[in-house]
Amino acid sequence: MSGFFKSRLFFISLAVVIIAATLPLYVSGYVLGLLTVAYYFGVFAMSWDLLFGFAGEVNFGPTFLIGVGAYTAGILNAQYGWSVYVCIVLGAFAAVIAGLVLALPALRVRGPYFGLTTLVAVLILQNFVVVFADLTGGEIGLTIPDVITIDAGANYWIALGFMTISALILYGLSQSPIGLVLQASGQDPVQAGALGFNIVKHKLAAFIVSAFFSGLSGALLVFYMGTASVGTVVDVSVGVNVIVAAVLGGRRTVLGAALGAIFLIVAGEFLRPTGELATFIVSAVALLVVLFFPGGFLGAALSHESR
Amino acid sequence: MLALQILIDGFAISALYALGATGFTLIFGVSGVLNLSHGAIMVLAAVAAWAAASLFQLDTYSGALIGVAVAVVAAFATYFAVVQPIQRSRRIPNEEKEIFVLTGTLLWGIMIQELIAYFFTNNAKTVLPIVEGVVDIAGIRTPRNEIFTAVVCCLVIALLWLLVNRTRTGKAVLAASMNPRGVTLLGLELGSIYIVVWAIYGILAGIAGVLLGMFLGVSSYSVGPLTASAFSIVVLGGLGSVSGSLIAAFVVGYLETITAYLISPAYRTIPALLLLVAVMYVRPQGLLGRR
Repeated sequence: MSGFFKSRLFFISLAVVIIAATLPLYVSGYVLGLLTVAYYFGVFAMSWDLLFGFAGEVNFGPTFLIGVGAYTAGILNAQYGWSVYVCIVLGAFAAVIAGLVLALPALRVRGPYFGLTTLVAVLILQNFVVVFADLTGGEIGLTIPDVITIDAGANYWIALGFMTISALILYGLSQSPIGLVLQASGQDPVQAGALGFNIVKHKLAAFIVSAFFSGLSGALLVFYMGTASVGTVVDVSVGVNVIVAAVLGGRRTVLGAALGAIFLIVAGEFLRPTGELATFIVSAVALLVVLFFPGGFLGAALSHESR
Repeated sequence: MLALQILIDGFAISALYALGATGFTLIFGVSGVLNLSHGAIMVLAAVAAWAAASLFQLDTYSGALIGVAVAVVAAFATYFAVVQPIQRSRRIPNEEKEIFVLTGTLLWGIMIQELIAYFFTNNAKTVLPIVEGVVDIAGIRTPRNEIFTAVVCCLVIALLWLLVNRTRTGKAVLAASMNPRGVTLLGLELGSIYIVVWAIYGILAGIAGVLLGMFLGVSSYSVGPLTASAFSIVVLGGLGSVSGSLIAAFVVGYLETITAYLISPAYRTIPALLLLVAVMYVRPQGLLGRR
């Protein structure tokens, strides 16, 4: 049954990706731009789900990893004029180092304590950006001179391809034996350790993978938008959106997180005519999903499937 | 001179922080709930007091009372509409209830914040103070309102201490925070204890919010920072330890005031954050927390 479903999920995903890939042929640049951002956002949410859904680490600071990646890439390009691709790679590596820094307390403290450490990490990064305004552009943001390409269709394909590859790797990892060990150590670290699994090693690996994709996606997003600012890649509210996206789509599903992220961004755009109430409506819908369908979109779909 | 100024201003800020964080830590200690809509409820109280006084022409006392009443209603709404359904849900596994309560209250807080912004705009609002004028304390001109804030905070905290340690209801609350199962075995209804705690929380958050509105002013933008500061004070002091969060509130309050006066207001929050990280590494359960 599970194997059958897996193949079905695979074909559905394949069909969705193929349809998504043809979008630039018949939709406007405006829609493409929206979806491009949504896809990068989807990678943020999937990376977060790997840490929360599998390693059981409540990371309130996804934007710490995203922000470090985005700002490293942005600063190297804007201040030192390094080439775009070098900057993106270095941004991803900086995020991995940030992930290791974040992992240190995670190995010592658990639950709300770890959650707070990650939140504080974001606030410190935010203060750093504002205080070292000469380097980072401060509250106004950093203008990035270079872009990958200015073609909306090409940008869209890059984002879609990046999200698809990330999804393949992250989903594959979550279904692999490593994912199972992570899940076990998230639910009961003592027992998992007693079974002979090296929890520290597995958790570190989860942090590194999550940080790598967050940072890479952050760096790519910066070069797409041409600017890095606190409001787009560091602020706590951005991190909240990432978490909401993952919970909405269905935690512990990885793919659901991407769905949730795309839903959040597209819904926010559709609700734009309602003006200031847009955020209220999105939050209310998200709260209803959390209360009545705690499995999220994909969780609800999966449970119907198994009946 | 500057030292005295820091001493006075720091005391008022710290007392306000302490009051705001006490209710937050009480809820966590008794029911294990981290209420991330805390900042929104405080701002809601202040905005209600402001609206009562400015839009409906009520006097400042009634305005303040309405603010506190609204906070109590909001606290109950948070409990019955968000926290309790999650705690009772059978579809959410027990070990994940914590993150669901966090996500749920966070979304609830954002909803309150957006509604405030929608009906009353994002502009900062200052509640008319109950007492006006300034007094001279050894050469430092201090607004009476600042002294009033500090005095009310200390009084309310003292009353809370009396309530928890000297009354039957308070002792039940204390017992529930130590051992919920034991309390149930003694024949006390946990549900009614939770309701009492949320009522106390609403009153505390309401008073803190209204005072904040009189002292510094609030806008819907203050929601996030308020929640974050209560959260960090509570963790610094030790989750669930009321005396720990009182100490932590004064540490954070003075640290911020000293930084703001001696270095720059722009760096205000940084030393407290660094201290928090240091404490998390060295003593993760906080100053007076129990694991």
